[in-house]
Amino acid sequence: MKAPPFRYARPQTLDAALRLLADEGAGARLIAGGQSLVPALNMRLLEPTLLIDINGLAELTGIAETASGIRVGALTRHAALGASAIVARRTPLLAAAVPFIAHEAIRNRGTFGGSLAQADPAAELPACAVALGARLEIAGPGGRRRVAAHDFFRGVYETALGRDEILVAAEIPAQPGATLFLELARRQGDYAIAGLAGWAALDRSRITDARLVFFGTDIRAVEARAASAALATSLDAAATALDRDLAPVADLNASAAMKRHLARVLLRRACAAAVTHAA
Amino acid sequence: MGRGRLPRATFGMSDAVAIRLTVNGARVERLVAPRLNLVDFLRDELGLTGTHWSCEHGACGACTVLIDGALARGCLVFAIQLDGANVETIEGLTESGALAEVQAAFHARNAVQCGFCSAGMLLAADALLRRNPEPSREQIRAALSGNYCRCTGYHAIVDAVADAARERARRKP
Ligand SMILES: Cc1cc2nc3c(=O)[nH]c(=O)nc-3n(C[C@H](O)[C@H](O)[C@H](O)COP(=O)(O)OP(=O)(O)OC[C@H]3O[C@@H](n4cnc5c(N)ncnc54)[C@H](O)[C@@H]3O)c2cc1C
Ligand code: FES
Ligand code: FES
Repeated sequence: MKAPPFRYARPQTLDAALRLLADEGAGARLIAGGQSLVPALNMRLLEPTLLIDINGLAELTGIAETASGIRVGALTRHAALGASAIVARRTPLLAAAVPFIAHEAIRNRGTFGGSLAQADPAAELPACAVALGARLEIAGPGGRRRVAAHDFFRGVYETALGRDEILVAAEIPAQPGATLFLELARRQGDYAIAGLAGWAALDRSRITDARLVFFGTDIRAVEARAASAALATSLDAAATALDRDLAPVADLNASAAMKRHLARVLLRRACAAAVTHAA
Repeated sequence: MGRGRLPRATFGMSDAVAIRLTVNGARVERLVAPRLNLVDFLRDELGLTGTHWSCEHGACGACTVLIDGALARGCLVFAIQLDGANVETIEGLTESGALAEVQAAFHARNAVQCGFCSAGMLLAADALLRRNPEPSREQIRAALSGNYCRCTGYHAIVDAVADAARERARRKP
């Protein structure tokens, strides 16, 4: 189908975009890469009165190295994230995740900020943001605020963003350990049936610290704290403890029980691979 | 992505807004309504019917074009967003010879049946070969995973892309 009619604006500054959002109220929608929004428009799931194109906002662009890690502008395309030497050096988890997002044509336009704002529970980047302890910088009518990625994702397509706010950038600490990234999908480029994004710090072949975030299983990316803690005991203990971390929900691809099983498989594979690699 | 040459105003639902862009090397200027997507713009406004559409939600790849040199879904961008952009389609890329080896290989391998997917397949294959001149069969499959073909069963297409890679390597000094 075709998108319903809408009015269109392309502000050149963040302030102008915020003003348009505030003035229009509930009918306004931001468009970044359009790779989630336009399908929703074409399927008539949304009928915004005003589309605010944020592609002209210079304040939202760029990847920069900071003292503690990196800063990624919301308008960074998936392809640019995957090709960045800074990202590969400071947060290799993000670089590992990018090839699993959709297809080249979609990665060329889809943005980092759009993916976080969309908050699809099976998406790669929200899980990476949680795993890396990203802090998200949000601009609104009252100024700027920062929200930890952990508190940003609320549920299926639900975030801490207000209707009148714009995600500007993410401040991401340098990754403290080896990359853990695995995803199961039926076809290359599909959203994950179950995925694991995280890192593990190793002392020779022993995992001393880890952050494990699962996506595609629950209503949002979930940090598996019990499983991470149990890794100090054994991989078996961690796999068992995972039951306390996850509350899987069935979707078209898999039942809750199957997702629980797949999450355990991913946990074992990823941690075993990290240990083998370190040895 | 826009170059910001449009006046900084909001455009109404049925306003026809003037856009200027380059399509297959030619400057074009047209009036478009905000909701007009790029594929419909190419087909209905410019008569460039080589770019197809079917799903209109990003899944099938029939609408694949190049925007500023990068592979893109024509169904997921509005023409009004492309003021100042450089768009290339199967017509322009055929005329310039950019796809010649890939097209010859598709022909030789019988990798085209109804042809509905072919424009998108050729563009995606060419984008792969430009960034990776010697792809493995797995890499070819991965690169074409966003383009559906309901006829060939894909094997002939993968064969054709592998042949085109060899042919390009042979022609390079
Ligand atoms: C066929 C297909 C397969 C896909 N597969 C995957 C996949 O495997 N994994 C995956 O993660 N994604 C996948 N995607 C989605 C893709 O990654 C999108 O690019 C991404 O989800 C949204 O980014 P965008 O820039 O395109 O956002 P848009 O589509 O422009 O916007 C999405 C939403 O976010 C809001 N928004 C955008 N930017 C901001 C901002 N800066 N501040 C506040 N709100 C904002 C918009 O208003 C809208 O509600 C797929 C898409 C398609 C079409
Ligand atoms: S018509 Fe654009 S991807 Fe199917
Ligand atoms: S040849 Fe018919 S869809 Fe591919």
